[in-house]
Amino acid sequence: MPNTLEVSGLKTHFLMRAGVAKAVDGVDFSIAKGEVMGLVGESGSGKSITGFSIIGLIDPPGRIVEGSIKFQGEELVGAPEERLRNLRGNRIAMIFQDPMMTLNPVLRVDTQMIEALKAHQDIGKKEAWTKARDTLGMVGIPAPDERMRAYPHQLSGGMRQRVAIAIAFLNEPDLIIADEPTTALDVTIQGQIIHEAQDLCRRTGASLIWITHDLAVVAGIADNISVMYAGKIVEQGNIDDVIDRPAHPYTVGLLGSVPSANNRGQRLYQIAGMTPNILALPKGCSFKERCDRRTKTCEVSPEAVERNHRIFRCHHPYFEEVKV
Amino acid sequence: MTEVVQQNSESERQVQTIDSETPFQRFISEFFDSKTASVALFILLSIIILAVFAPWITPQDPYDLAQVDVLDGRQPPGAEAFSGYTMWLGSDGAGRDLYSGILYGLRISLSVGVMSGFIALLIGMAVGLLAAYAGGRVENVIMRVVDLQLSFPAALVALMLIAILGKGVDKIILALVVAQWAYYARTVRASALVERNKEYVEAAACLGISHARIIFRHIMPNCLAPLIVVGTVQTAHAISLEATLSFLGVGMPQTSPSLGVLIANGFEYMLSGRYWISVFPGIALLVTVVSINLVGDHLRDVLNPRISAGGGKAK
Repeated sequence: MPNTLEVSGLKTHFLMRAGVAKAVDGVDFSIAKGEVMGLVGESGSGKSITGFSIIGLIDPPGRIVEGSIKFQGEELVGAPEERLRNLRGNRIAMIFQDPMMTLNPVLRVDTQMIEALKAHQDIGKKEAWTKARDTLGMVGIPAPDERMRAYPHQLSGGMRQRVAIAIAFLNEPDLIIADEPTTALDVTIQGQIIHEAQDLCRRTGASLIWITHDLAVVAGIADNISVMYAGKIVEQGNIDDVIDRPAHPYTVGLLGSVPSANNRGQRLYQIAGMTPNILALPKGCSFKERCDRRTKTCEVSPEAVERNHRIFRCHHPYFEEVKV
Repeated sequence: MTEVVQQNSESERQVQTIDSETPFQRFISEFFDSKTASVALFILLSIIILAVFAPWITPQDPYDLAQVDVLDGRQPPGAEAFSGYTMWLGSDGAGRDLYSGILYGLRISLSVGVMSGFIALLIGMAVGLLAAYAGGRVENVIMRVVDLQLSFPAALVALMLIAILGKGVDKIILALVVAQWAYYARTVRASALVERNKEYVEAAACLGISHARIIFRHIMPNCLAPLIVVGTVQTAHAISLEATLSFLGVGMPQTSPSLGVLIANGFEYMLSGRYWISVFPGIALLVTVVSINLVGDHLRDVLNPRISAGGGKAK
């Protein structure tokens, strides 16, 4: 059986008057059935654009210029719009960051859920209603019958995100792309939502791409992790491996800037400098300006290296020092 | 114990009343906060009722030539007609009772205004939504046409069209629609552009919902608030535009006089002291247009979330 998703050499560029913004510039990863992958990076590293590329919703001036996205063996790059629309919300679903914005304020919850069901299934209204209510119950919404009749503004943020998750799971998709779904929620709700999503994925066998900038969240949910920087994946591997023994200096920096009990009282690490301007990326390694291990060799762009099931793009990885 | 139970049920009831206040109810209570707007709405509703029931509450049918007697012409307010009834507002040059004439005229003015406003709203809304959703070249072409249209005064556009098409109710409505659709198109496009870029539209697209459904089920209902406001104000505008055309003699025919025709009829008598023939229809027109505008203005305040703090947008 083919992997649920195989992305190779994906390049999504935005052709603008000021130049070409290489938002996604050669991304490879694959996700097996039921696998949860964390896609981590700073704002503007291209992680959301990767998600939108998969679902085929890149608005002009953006365009997938190269690469392939294979969903269950089927090529999605260049697939007809009709086929993509059929997959969206049906086989591939998306969950967004801000639950205040993703539900239509003038439509009731039941209207929006039934609409999502009817867009892909030949299903009666009554049947659709029952299914929608059951799904609401599945994501841990108390009294789903009442919530079905509510307007989005009558629900709390966490409740709304649960509704959004319920809508994503309605058609029992094979792949879910969650774009920072817990960023706008407070920490206790975050935990519940992550648990809910994980539980649903296990039950339905769906694969999940969890896009976030929060390493703690990824550590709790993902099997594998891909760290993105300036449109490229700089490190990829099993979640525990990467967090325990990061190879790329950027991952090291990210992990170092998370407060933890081990370094209480010390100053938090901070990655120097800013994310590079995506319109004018430096030559060679795009992280070199901020890296304290840079040498002359960094003027040449590092190729992706695979070692011990780990992929990284760096001339001077921490990997060698930690003998495995 | 019983007291506690009572308190409980009391607070429960309170919670329920808070919950059960629908956005529409909140909108209503906010609307009636303004005395001016409430009075204007009351006057407007009275005018509409008077106009609708005109045949049953007027002594004369001004369209029926058998009932109009030239010998009754130019009578001052309060004079008695030959057929016995009192003409409280006097009569015009052709012997029409002005009270009857005004109510029948209101019927025509209101229906022409509302009809043309509604048709223009539908056309403008469709065009504006299309422009905002399609974007790119389609939007550019549509909006340049709208700009072109808006650069001509509405009265001029209507006059030109009437000159080409000729007289008649249908032609006047057509002329008013052509003169007005662009206002609606521009308003709808502006708010649809904002809505289009909101995440719920993107989320709907991610669910694989068709373009038509996204436009009409998701974007359109969110654009209605400004449209209602423009609709009211434009309807008032349509009524005064129709009166202008009729006054200039290119609007409604003499046989079925609207308010504009009545005002025009009395114009020649103004200097001879027979003020009532023009002044009373003029007052009727003024009161109608002003009350619609007052209602529209207040609607804008209530429906605009930036002006009113609680409500409006959270529909």
